[in-house]
Amino acid sequence: MAAVAMRLPVARKAVAESAGGEKHLVAPGDIITTDTGYMRGHGTYVEDEKLIASVAGVVERVNKLVYVRALNTRYNGEVGDVVVGRITEVQQKRWKVETNSRLDSVLLLSSMNLPGGELRRRSAEDELAMRDYLQEGDLISAEVQSVFSDGAVSLHTRSLKYGKLGQGVLVQVSPSLVKRQKTHFHDLPCGASVILGNNGFIWIYPTPEQKDEEAGGFTTNLEPVPLSDREVISRLRNCIVALVTHKLMLFDTSILYCYEASLPHQIKDILKPEVMEEIVLETQQRLLDLEG
Amino acid sequence: MASVVLSEAEKLYIVHGVQEDLRVDGRGCEDYRCAEVETDIVSNTSGSARVKLGHTDILVGVKAELGAPKLERPNEGYLEFYVDCSANATPEFEGRGGEELGTEIANTLYRVFSSENCIDLKSLCINPREHCWILYVDVLLLECGGNLFDAISLAVKAALFNTRIPKVRVLEVEEGSKEIELSDDPYDCIRLNVDEVPCIVTLSKIGYRHVVDATLQEEACSLASLLISVTSKGALTCMKKVGKGSLDPESIFEMMETGQRVGKSLHTALQKVLDEEESLGTTRQKVGFLG
Repeated sequence: MAAVAMRLPVARKAVAESAGGEKHLVAPGDIITTDTGYMRGHGTYVEDEKLIASVAGVVERVNKLVYVRALNTRYNGEVGDVVVGRITEVQQKRWKVETNSRLDSVLLLSSMNLPGGELRRRSAEDELAMRDYLQEGDLISAEVQSVFSDGAVSLHTRSLKYGKLGQGVLVQVSPSLVKRQKTHFHDLPCGASVILGNNGFIWIYPTPEQKDEEAGGFTTNLEPVPLSDREVISRLRNCIVALVTHKLMLFDTSILYCYEASLPHQIKDILKPEVMEEIVLETQQRLLDLEG
Repeated sequence: MASVVLSEAEKLYIVHGVQEDLRVDGRGCEDYRCAEVETDIVSNTSGSARVKLGHTDILVGVKAELGAPKLERPNEGYLEFYVDCSANATPEFEGRGGEELGTEIANTLYRVFSSENCIDLKSLCINPREHCWILYVDVLLLECGGNLFDAISLAVKAALFNTRIPKVRVLEVEEGSKEIELSDDPYDCIRLNVDEVPCIVTLSKIGYRHVVDATLQEEACSLASLLISVTSKGALTCMKKVGKGSLDPESIFEMMETGQRVGKSLHTALQKVLDEEESLGTTRQKVGFLG
């Protein structure tokens, strides 16, 4: 039975002032302050002794520094962030990884673990075998090792929890919606696992049965994923899309609450605007109750 | 066509999901994404419509102009299609990158509308061999999110439904030449009958099954697709195979049957929305692009 749902568009509702204190929101061209005693940071410029915003975002102040933190921006790498990226190029001794930043990130061959956890210098054979391991289009999870002077990020997968990703679903969101937490790898109780990359790439995958110690992402499990796991993954994916559409921060608790709020509905109905609103409202309520 | 790069494991996940009738966003193989349709958004056209199907955004404008009929059909007006792939959709369309896709879509639209009954072209004729209405249908691709042809055909049908062609009177001036007079009342116009206008249904073959309304990721996993144009009564008017893979003749028959079934529901859903919009009349709050 085919299901075709068509509707007339509805104008977006203005978002009500939510709890959480006053936020000084600015658009490009808005005057932030006329006080000249401040140091100007990112996202601002001076014109006629006035400090004006150059990006759309929230004004933040740290002592004497005033800057604007843009809300919809490319990913700016910081050391220690967990990112999920896609290989775009295989070069001489490194891979170029797309991480939704201004420049492609770099994964050096020496920053990659060898199978079996060997510790040795990478030889010419390793260089020739690069494509056997990571090809164009492959997804990896990695950690930011350092940031170059031009802003490009250098990644490393020097731990067994990072490496090539297998079967699952990728959701791309804005990097500012992913909350900074202690760990970004979550095994949700509903039956799937999720990696919340700081660069806005969210990877949802079926929880692996055994924790293989020697795997480190070298062997991809190509068996068909069972239907029950698929339903959980699809539901999580739709919940994340719902949270992102309503600009809620993404972290394990918010995703879990949204999942539980969506259980009465069918998976494909979650993307309908009215159902999305209802689910997100319930999630917001539960999160507020949790805080308060 | 805009495309995404996927890893082998991701493609495998999508293919297995389709086999079990559970796609990545929870839809079944014959379900469409939620679509939004709005007409009459561009004020200086005779008719316009905008269709948003998931991440695919199409804007169609129809302009009615006076011109001479084609030599082989002196008693009919005709339609001209032009498709513009805007660079807003994907960076691949920058400069002349979108031209190839644009001509392919325009040629498909010409083929679909070439069947005799879809639009009553005789009603567009004013003076045989001398004057007729030419409908210039301009399609603008604003965003590419997979399943372009379906969204474009829905938008074209909605725009033609919304088209208002001014009523004209032919006056006999001396020396036998004729003059055309437009009526003064801007609301005095004729509407087109779009009951027989077909809609395109794209069926993409993924693994051993076929899906309707594929997203960009699903299109990357499909090697061959079948485009069929279906009228509201379920009649097939035109068929085209795209993609570099091959299709089994049996699967073509299955896809045709699915396409006819899905096409009929597509037409009923679109007609319902257009009638609802019409009934709201001037009380309708126009959303447009800033809503």
